[in-house]
Amino acid sequence: MKITKVIAIIVLIVLVGIQFVPTKRNKSDVTPQTDFMLVSEVPITIQNQLKVSCYDCHSNNTSYPWYNNVQPIAWFLENHIKEGKAELNFNEWKNYSDRRKNSKLRSIIKQIENGEMPMDSYTLIHRGAKLDSLAKNEIINYMNNLKIKN
Amino acid sequence: MKTIKRSVTTVLFLTMIALTLSCKDANKKNVPVSEAKQHEKMDHTKDMDMSSNQDAISEAILKDYFNLKDALVGDDNAKAKTLGGVLAKSLGNLDKSKYSENQQKELIDIIEDATEHAEHISESDIKHQREHFKILSKDITEMVAITGTATKLYEQFCPMYDGGTAWLSTKEEVRNPYYGSQMLTCGSVQREIN
Repeated sequence: MKITKVIAIIVLIVLVGIQFVPTKRNKSDVTPQTDFMLVSEVPITIQNQLKVSCYDCHSNNTSYPWYNNVQPIAWFLENHIKEGKAELNFNEWKNYSDRRKNSKLRSIIKQIENGEMPMDSYTLIHRGAKLDSLAKNEIINYMNNLKIKN
Repeated sequence: MKTIKRSVTTVLFLTMIALTLSCKDANKKNVPVSEAKQHEKMDHTKDMDMSSNQDAISEAILKDYFNLKDALVGDDNAKAKTLGGVLAKSLGNLDKSKYSENQQKELIDIIEDATEHAEHISESDIKHQREHFKILSKDITEMVAITGTATKLYEQFCPMYDGGTAWLSTKEEVRNPYYGSQMLTCGSVQREIN
């Protein structure tokens, strides 16, 4: 047997094998009372934009693309979602202290301003998630007004 | 033909192994962060004698904060990363049980927020480190307002950075942690503590 054939078979085996490794799916049917949208009065346009641009990784409910059924892509996504939620989970908004809310708002504003969020790897496929300058300004202004003054 | 048959068998065999292994995938959930609830039995006297131990911890936090500040003054990203991690750890050691109920609540919020910023500093580039240091400084200033300190501190203020930003220093002389060598002496003392 030629060496390339052996390698090809091994790669195939691994690829097939990892398809059976389960991933934790980030899915939830209920929106908790602590959700950002329920706590703050968010204008509908901003609501929709946040849902499309942020909620896939920053809430307990991801609308998965078909390729999430393919490994190792599913792992990659799982990891991103886990990190995203640890950083900011809009579903948990009410549970953050005022101090942390302000910190989060500040980070949201900075990241959007600098175009760091939503991530390029995300907007590459989710074209609707990309924020144009109008949407950016709208969200930034809104988030700025939410800051708790002391 | 024989090789194909053999490889099919191997695929199936390995698949089985993968399945068995993956089922064992442990579900390690993160520990709930129920903040020191057992410390409810504190006394309500305003000026209680703070044990030297408590002082030592808040002084250690301050020391770590100042080390981090100096790393930022020196534009040292790697050092600031390490020191951010050190600070995040020492913040966790603060014993809140000595304080009144309101102060405890405040301290829990402060520490939680400050720890998050310190952790970010431990893994970011210098631009982000400075962004986080701004809020961290606010948190630490408010912590000191509760815990007090034996050291004389200077709250300094730079009007240029992000619409005006403060930080704490042990020296009167201004050394700006937000600009470093770029604008080392930008800012002024706006308040003295102690």
